[in-house]
Amino acid sequence: MGHVETKKAGGQPFAVQDCALAAIATGRRAQNLRELRENLLTIHQDSIYYHFWGGLLRPRFDNPEYHNDFAIWSRYALNDLVLAERLGIIDPTEFRDLESLRQELIEVIEERLDESEHVPWAKSDSQFYFIRSQIVVFDTHWRIKTPKELAQAVPHMSVGSIFFHFIDARTHTQDGVDDFRAWLQEHFQGYEELCADLARIDPFFSGLSELRERLTIVFQSYFVR
Amino acid sequence: MTQILEAYAKLAGEDVINQLGQLAERLKGLRVLHVNSTRLGGGVAEILNKLVPLMMELGMDATWEVITGDESFFQCTKSLHNALQGNRITIPGALFEAYEQANQRTAAELGSLLEEADIVFIHDPQPAPLLSFCPQRRGKWIWRCHIDLSHPYRPVWKYFRRFLDDYDASIFSLSDFAPTLPRPQYLIPPSIDPLSEKNIQLTEQEVQAVCGQFGLDSHRPLMLQVSRFDRFKDPVGVIQAFRLARKYVPDLQLVLAGGGASDDPEGALVRKEVEAFSEEDPDIHILELAADAHRTINALQHAADVVLQKSVREGFGLTVTEAMWKGKPVIGGNTGGIRLQIVNNHTGFLVNSPEGAALRVRYLFEHPDELQEMGQKAREFVRENFLITRQLREYLTVIVALTHGCQDRIELG
Repeated sequence: MGHVETKKAGGQPFAVQDCALAAIATGRRAQNLRELRENLLTIHQDSIYYHFWGGLLRPRFDNPEYHNDFAIWSRYALNDLVLAERLGIIDPTEFRDLESLRQELIEVIEERLDESEHVPWAKSDSQFYFIRSQIVVFDTHWRIKTPKELAQAVPHMSVGSIFFHFIDARTHTQDGVDDFRAWLQEHFQGYEELCADLARIDPFFSGLSELRERLTIVFQSYFVR
Repeated sequence: MTQILEAYAKLAGEDVINQLGQLAERLKGLRVLHVNSTRLGGGVAEILNKLVPLMMELGMDATWEVITGDESFFQCTKSLHNALQGNRITIPGALFEAYEQANQRTAAELGSLLEEADIVFIHDPQPAPLLSFCPQRRGKWIWRCHIDLSHPYRPVWKYFRRFLDDYDASIFSLSDFAPTLPRPQYLIPPSIDPLSEKNIQLTEQEVQAVCGQFGLDSHRPLMLQVSRFDRFKDPVGVIQAFRLARKYVPDLQLVLAGGGASDDPEGALVRKEVEAFSEEDPDIHILELAADAHRTINALQHAADVVLQKSVREGFGLTVTEAMWKGKPVIGGNTGGIRLQIVNNHTGFLVNSPEGAALRVRYLFEHPDELQEMGQKAREFVRENFLITRQLREYLTVIVALTHGCQDRIELG
């Protein structure tokens, strides 16, 4: 066994939450790259959140080759493959907050505008519609007391719970880590290796069901070591 | 879990049913009222027929009422419906008066039901003015728009939009369909009911019987388009695609199944054009089905190998969803809600011409394994995204959001 389960004093159980996203039209849209940039300067940061992460909780309508809506629009509406690739590589988990992510988006778009002789346009029926999200978080009343129980619980969690604890958590925990690591680090000793394995999972390139499977494998392999 | 929820859990998965239960826990006893313009016929009534009992199963006090009116009222609302979707129609002032009077009368009839409800869903333009006749209302009012308001005929829109100003929120099917309004505009795609006549699993015998009824050979390949006889659905383009594909799939049969042409002058005209274009080809079956022939449509969708929805303009396109639910890959026009359902190369193909459609039909018949695999992916995609249980979960989310102050993040205890 590669782990030593030591509970720190006063440890709290892990409260499994679930969530649902409501999508809200902002009424703002862009038909060309310059309009996209103008809107990005002032759009509510929930809209940036939605266009990066919301895809996981709504139908994956678009080609999963690109993992945020800005890249998908650049590819399929503007037909600008270079821009799509540059936007597609932006990893939202690398940015400390949504404002920094917004700045990066604007940088990449401005660079492309500087390089282009013409402003790329989309057809009138392929405009970019800015959508923002509202998240409703609800308690499942499911409580987990030990890391081993957590390992057994993960495969049975809903994709909404996986989204909330493994992705959304990064936007509101102090160190920008997921809830699983935050709980293990705060309440137990000896799980550094498991936390390191969890940190190695890149949440951006998987659907939520796949992400749940990957988490299950990490937890289960840790406990059979 | 009750019997009806168990039935949905079997088809939609336990996850979504559990989520419904957890969200609804906070909404028990909430008085929810839906108002639309008909109990029978049309997609809205079809969904409400299931949505309201489901809300009751989840512990809400849900009811459904309809607005009533005379001929002038329905004449007005039909024109309003078309004008708001972009047709340049002038509506006489007398019809607008009838429209407002019917709403005023219904508001008086429903009285305390409207005033005391915690949440009121008003579906589509017909009952939209009800809110202005309920000054004593206590709950949150939501206007649920099922039509495309992206390019309304402006003079009619200017008249109509005043009725929307005081709604607490509105709901549209797609962001492309939403005009600019002052309050939150939620986006919730429509859905199908897997337990309805149109979507339940049929026996092989029943499917065979329907094929026999229309002279279809169930041993030969079949492509199908289900839609009204309407130029936006491009039925002539479907026949062109069929002819191009038949050179390579010689046994191919085509069914164009529509309905409602008898009371729709333009529909009858388009149907005649389609018949003329088919040149009495015995392998092109043009079927006129009754509006309630749900089971027949279901059987045809089950029998088809490939389904087309080659529209050049489309709303959401629930016929695409229905076909995908039957495990069929769909070749669809690259427009409207079809683009949101067909994941190109995964659940079907998006095409822009009859030639494109023909090429994809040929491809699928040449690759039967892929045809099967795409069909399975299509069914899973619908299971996850376009069943009524998902739509209900999103309605509950909106209700929670509206009753908890509309913050960006709502944490329920």
